[in-house]
Amino acid sequence: MTLKALFAATASAALLLALPANAAEFTIGFSQIGSESGWRAAETSVSKQEASKRKVNLKIADAQQKQENQIKAIRSFIAQNVDAIFLAPVVSTGWDSVLKEAKEAKIPVVLLDRDIDPSGKELYLTAVTSDSVHEGEVAGDWLAKTVGAKACNIVELQGTVGASVAANRKKGFDTAIAKHANLKVVRSQTGDFTRAKGKEVMESFIKAEGGGKSICAVYAHNDDMMVGAIQAMKEAGLKPGKEILTVSIDAVPDIFKAMVAGEANATVELTPNMAGPAFDAVAAFKEKGTVPPKWIQTESRLLTATDNPQKEYDSKKGLGY
Amino acid sequence: MTGLLPRRGLAQILALIVILAVDRVVSPQFFDLRLQDGRLFGSLVDVLNRGTPVALLSLGMVLVIATRGIDLSVGAVMAISGAIAASLADTHSLAVVLAAALGAGLICGLWNGFLVAVLGMQPIVATLILMVAGRGVAQLITEGRIVTFSSPDLVWLGNGSILGLPVPVAIALGMLILTGAVVRGSALGLLIEATGGNARASELAGVGTRAMILAVYVWCGVCAALAGVIAAADIMGADANNAGLWLELDAILAVVIGGTSLFGGRFSLVLAVLGALIIQTMNTGILLSGYPPEFNLLVKAVVVLAVLLLQSPKLSGFAGVVTRLRGTKA
Repeated sequence: MTLKALFAATASAALLLALPANAAEFTIGFSQIGSESGWRAAETSVSKQEASKRKVNLKIADAQQKQENQIKAIRSFIAQNVDAIFLAPVVSTGWDSVLKEAKEAKIPVVLLDRDIDPSGKELYLTAVTSDSVHEGEVAGDWLAKTVGAKACNIVELQGTVGASVAANRKKGFDTAIAKHANLKVVRSQTGDFTRAKGKEVMESFIKAEGGGKSICAVYAHNDDMMVGAIQAMKEAGLKPGKEILTVSIDAVPDIFKAMVAGEANATVELTPNMAGPAFDAVAAFKEKGTVPPKWIQTESRLLTATDNPQKEYDSKKGLGY
Repeated sequence: MTGLLPRRGLAQILALIVILAVDRVVSPQFFDLRLQDGRLFGSLVDVLNRGTPVALLSLGMVLVIATRGIDLSVGAVMAISGAIAASLADTHSLAVVLAAALGAGLICGLWNGFLVAVLGMQPIVATLILMVAGRGVAQLITEGRIVTFSSPDLVWLGNGSILGLPVPVAIALGMLILTGAVVRGSALGLLIEATGGNARASELAGVGTRAMILAVYVWCGVCAALAGVIAAADIMGADANNAGLWLELDAILAVVIGGTSLFGGRFSLVLAVLGALIIQTMNTGILLSGYPPEFNLLVKAVVVLAVLLLQSPKLSGFAGVVTRLRGTKA
């Protein structure tokens, strides 16, 4: 099995990168979760782009959402004696023994997008992740600034109940608007991160709030729910983006389409570029011995209708979202 | 069957009325209706419109369950047909899109029917295969992304209106009438019930039970495909990961709330659709209530339990005894 994985990884890396292996500065193995979402696909394509920019020989192993596949991939990377291992962990626990093996082989491990359970802090070099509380804050701050001193009733489309991202994005937003007495979340319900539920929940918000006239802004924990909510508002004869402000998180291509049409106002980017900062950290560590901080926070860029949404759409649409 | 709503529909109608009344309490504007761009607009319309996918699924599911079967794959079939419809929408005419999407549903139904009727597999396992694999097929078609389209014809199927009624509701109504006419207008319904009641006896009596079973799975697949097209048309895109996810369970629930036994036999199309409406009336009420989303599932479970208790023959017998006892005391 290890041999097979090794062969597959080498073959795919050779296919993906037209570069001969000896021209690369580093060889890095990346154990990717699999294709669970559009964002994940975009992360994989951006990682490849960033690797070829830096002449890194990146070997990607697709784990198909299974931890045992990730562990196998890491062992095969250790056997190949790669310069570093990137890991996007599918679950947070159960990594101790395989990461110890990597540590003994003196191969630094960088976590991408997700952290693992605290017990392993000394087992990896650094973790490159986004701060989802901060994402909510950026969204809340934008809304507070845009609304000014006016009273504003906000409706909130939450992510899946129990998902930590949903809880964090809610917490960050609530913290940001708590400083402004004129902003109030009047309704909050889960839209399960999907377009269909986002639309259905928004329909009910519109009815519950007197046809939507008293709603001043919609905050959605992801763009997909907002795309659904925008449809619901249009069907109810409301004008999203003009009468009702919208702010959501993720920055998927379709929200920029809505911005171009003047139907969405702002989104906070969850960057698919986790590998870029990770490559830089590994290079600095290998060449100068600089030990990076345990946590590298990615930038949560605010993108609004004035930030050339057409350009953003064009640059993102080919990434696999 | 004499009449479509005999005494056995009483519990369901009662449940619907009670839930509607509760909805009116949590949301005073629940019964408000107005015209918006030539289309009726209000919570009641939402209930009908959002209830359409499950209502369509229940139309096929009730026939499958009447033969003592079950179809777990309907949610996955929705994802497949939605993915096909969305991929073809902008390059082909509506007729081609519908033919391809519904054709896919038909093939899925044939597959399930073949496994159950010809190979004699247990329905729950046979359809589990497509439940798992089908979503994968849908993801292959969409390449894991949300495929969007702008074809006005297909969008109309999800968001248009006929005489003020949303198109999906009109389609569901049409399908109910069509299915009712076919199974109750002929002996077909009786033969399906006979197959579910006792397949061996029916076979010996000359009923083509295999053909019956095959036919109901095919119809179930077609209904699911139609629901999938409507779900995709509604959001102008096919979301293979989420379209129809867990809706097979809502469809089974709708059939059970409609009083059809999972052990096969007697069934009612109208009550199954009523079951779907009961579920959606409750869902919409929960959304309108403004309670924190953590309570959604709990409220739903309690209401479903109450509706099923209402139908329980043991419990109604018990209630009769209690009233009689009270009567003698007084």
